[in-house]
Amino acid sequence: MNRREFLKRIGVMGGGMVVYFSYGASAAISQPTRGEALPGATQEDIPFFNAFLRIGADGRIACYTGKIEMGQGVITSLAQMAAEELNAPFEAIDMIMGDTDLCPWDRGTWGSMTTRFFGPKLREAAATARAVLLKMASETLNAPVDRLIAENGVIFDSAQRSNHVNYSRLTEGKIIEKHLEGKATLENVTEFTVVGKPFSRIDALDKVTGKAKYAGDIRLPGMLYAAILRPPAHGATLKRVDVSGPKQMVGVQVVQEGDLVAVLHEHPDRAMEALAKIRAEFEPSRSGLNEKNIFDHLIGAAPDGTVVKEGGNLERGRSLANELFENTYMNGYVAHAPIETHTALAEVKDGKATIWASTQTPFGVRDLVAVALGLPASDVGVRSVFLGGGFGGKSASRQAVEAARLAKLTARPVQVAWSREEEFFHDTFMPAAIVKIRSGLDRSGNIVLWDYVVYFAGSDGAELYYDVPHHKEVSSGSWQGSGASHPVGTGPWRAPATNTNTFARESQIDIMASRAGKDPVEFRLAHLKDGRMRRVLEAAASKFGWKPSRAPSGRGLGVACGIRSGAYVATIAEVEVDRSSGKVQVKRVVHGQDMGLVINPRGTRLQVEGSIIMGLGYALSEEIHFRNGEILDLNFDTYSIPRFSWTPEIETVLIEADSPPEGGGEPPIVCVGAVLANAVFDAAGVRLYQLPMTPERILAAMKRA
Amino acid sequence: MIETIQFNLNGEKVSLRVDGERMLLWVLRTDLGLTGPKYGCGSEQCGACTVLVNDEPLLSCQMPVREVKEKDVITIEGLSGKGELHPLQKAFIEHDALQCGFCTPGMILRAHSLLINTPFPTRKRIVQEMEQNLCRCGSYPRVIQAIEAASKEMRGGTK
Repeated sequence: MNRREFLKRIGVMGGGMVVYFSYGASAAISQPTRGEALPGATQEDIPFFNAFLRIGADGRIACYTGKIEMGQGVITSLAQMAAEELNAPFEAIDMIMGDTDLCPWDRGTWGSMTTRFFGPKLREAAATARAVLLKMASETLNAPVDRLIAENGVIFDSAQRSNHVNYSRLTEGKIIEKHLEGKATLENVTEFTVVGKPFSRIDALDKVTGKAKYAGDIRLPGMLYAAILRPPAHGATLKRVDVSGPKQMVGVQVVQEGDLVAVLHEHPDRAMEALAKIRAEFEPSRSGLNEKNIFDHLIGAAPDGTVVKEGGNLERGRSLANELFENTYMNGYVAHAPIETHTALAEVKDGKATIWASTQTPFGVRDLVAVALGLPASDVGVRSVFLGGGFGGKSASRQAVEAARLAKLTARPVQVAWSREEEFFHDTFMPAAIVKIRSGLDRSGNIVLWDYVVYFAGSDGAELYYDVPHHKEVSSGSWQGSGASHPVGTGPWRAPATNTNTFARESQIDIMASRAGKDPVEFRLAHLKDGRMRRVLEAAASKFGWKPSRAPSGRGLGVACGIRSGAYVATIAEVEVDRSSGKVQVKRVVHGQDMGLVINPRGTRLQVEGSIIMGLGYALSEEIHFRNGEILDLNFDTYSIPRFSWTPEIETVLIEADSPPEGGGEPPIVCVGAVLANAVFDAAGVRLYQLPMTPERILAAMKRA
Repeated sequence: MIETIQFNLNGEKVSLRVDGERMLLWVLRTDLGLTGPKYGCGSEQCGACTVLVNDEPLLSCQMPVREVKEKDVITIEGLSGKGELHPLQKAFIEHDALQCGFCTPGMILRAHSLLINTPFPTRKRIVQEMEQNLCRCGSYPRVIQAIEAASKEMRGGTK
């Protein structure tokens, strides 16, 4: 869509003020590349401008963002930010999310980056709009700007309050374009009336009434539902295929184009039946890997590491150490398993493609579809839908490309909704990973050595923040998929790398604390100079009512700290270990979080609770079993995710801070593996070095002990 | 086999010419144009497709449409009265008992049947009843709170 078409669309909507910025500015707010760019984030054919907001004549304020809503709640917190800076009623804000024709270009919604990186720009846009409105009002009201007050979408002359005008009156019927230039004057934290206050989710009403539309809920006339032929294993290749079976079925359309073999029908269940009638022969995968031998394979395939951080001299640290601790930590592949599977609807008409997709990367989808269909990106539009969960897994969105190809080939709108089995098979898992740590204590119980290598998880969260004179942290390989290393797809999983690194570091710290005869909270504090981390740990310990003791105390208590997306967290948990079954029940969790300024404390508490509960899965039960490229866990019967009965009592302590807002949705999950490993040790006296801590592993560890 | 199947859907009679072996979920979502019941697993593992059949929670992904003949089927679209939210819907909003919202219709409908049969459920009973419904966002504590709150409100209403 070009500027003329865009303004036409705005005109049809009744005009209004549009605050936008050029691509140069857009690039400046796009998130930092971490050397781990996601697929599909090409920057070709970016529209030359992007809008932030539009104030309509009807009084509604549309706020455009390339971010998407997948449950994390930014639909509400971004609206709060816009309302705050505009001095407009919160209820007047409409969030328009992830529509590639209307919204500012965006790399994708992940990494707890929405509030940190898009938020400030949105606030500036809103503040710019407010300044323009004040200027216009000054003419209308015949009063100087410094005498005007903006409140709740109305501008008053402070000398004579009956002299006032609504925002909508000011912009009525006009199209006012305003570039975002330089820095706008933002409101001071102390003046906030909307930001920092608890707000209910904007989308709650639509979600409890079934009105909220997800990609699979969009219906177009003449649409078909597709079922796609999949290989039985990663690495298996199609040798022969016979589609005569489905061809005989009434109303079934069969499509074969290169690697894409699909059957389509007006009913999805019929398409699935037709799929079962395809006879296909595959060359088996050559992979001999499974969830047991994967770790040796990965160590062998590890590339040269890069130093994340170092200080002092490891040799010197070694000579100072009175006792050395060498341990290897592991975790298997973990699925995202959102309840909504990857889904997309595509329509290709008059040389233009329109896509509704459950994706965390609408602009990435636009570019991938453009390439697949041979269209310029400007002729592909991705529309806004809600996502039924993402957690990083919907950063990869091949279902949208599949739907687009099939829509083009059949000349009908086509929906591709993966079955649960396809969702598990094609998921981009949290990678299996290994951490090797060699650390040392001197005679007084101080950590003097920290030699750390993480394999295939990535470097986020590997950095040591404890005060250790001689340390080196190295990262080898990342969470990004690479055919040579991982036999299955891998990708970002809620707080990539940090779950693995936090589990290893905080377990190792506890092992040393216990050996030194120290309480794990006091031992941490003795090695912490960082004031922010000290404060959050002390706050969590105080809320929990922590009483110092050396582990294992038999009480089943554990503690762990971490840093993620700029936020500092400390989690304390109480568990019960059933000695006969090996089952862990988490009784209580206290989570402290310093995430800077909290935009919506109500939404943040939901994210904390959700993170803790999701974390129970990777800590206690979730692990993909696979053999020779075949994924053996394809549904929730064998792949066990947390349920109601697992729910502990959760208390959240948010540290009051007016520093800039940091991430909120990822940080609370990072300590769960470590805090439960430490609590299990405290309860049962056995140390688990591998996640998940299944009953079998706990029983085996107790048997060894 | 194509047959005529009649049932009450959200209080209105529907009559369909349909293969009775087809699963209710797909008939509701495509033939009848509803979107409240969701596909989550296709094999009775997650509860996203939960609907009420004669006030009993059933998993529509594995329920042949023939089996609801002449019965009352309620989906989330039919839960609220005219313009008035059901106490459970209100409580889910008030207690933030949802995040992505995809499992929410199934959660509310199962909770509804629980409260019909057990107006005063203990926390333990709530957990037991809801155990088969999965929420990947981890809204469980809030769903429990919402059910407890709705139970109180509904009890108050019937007194």
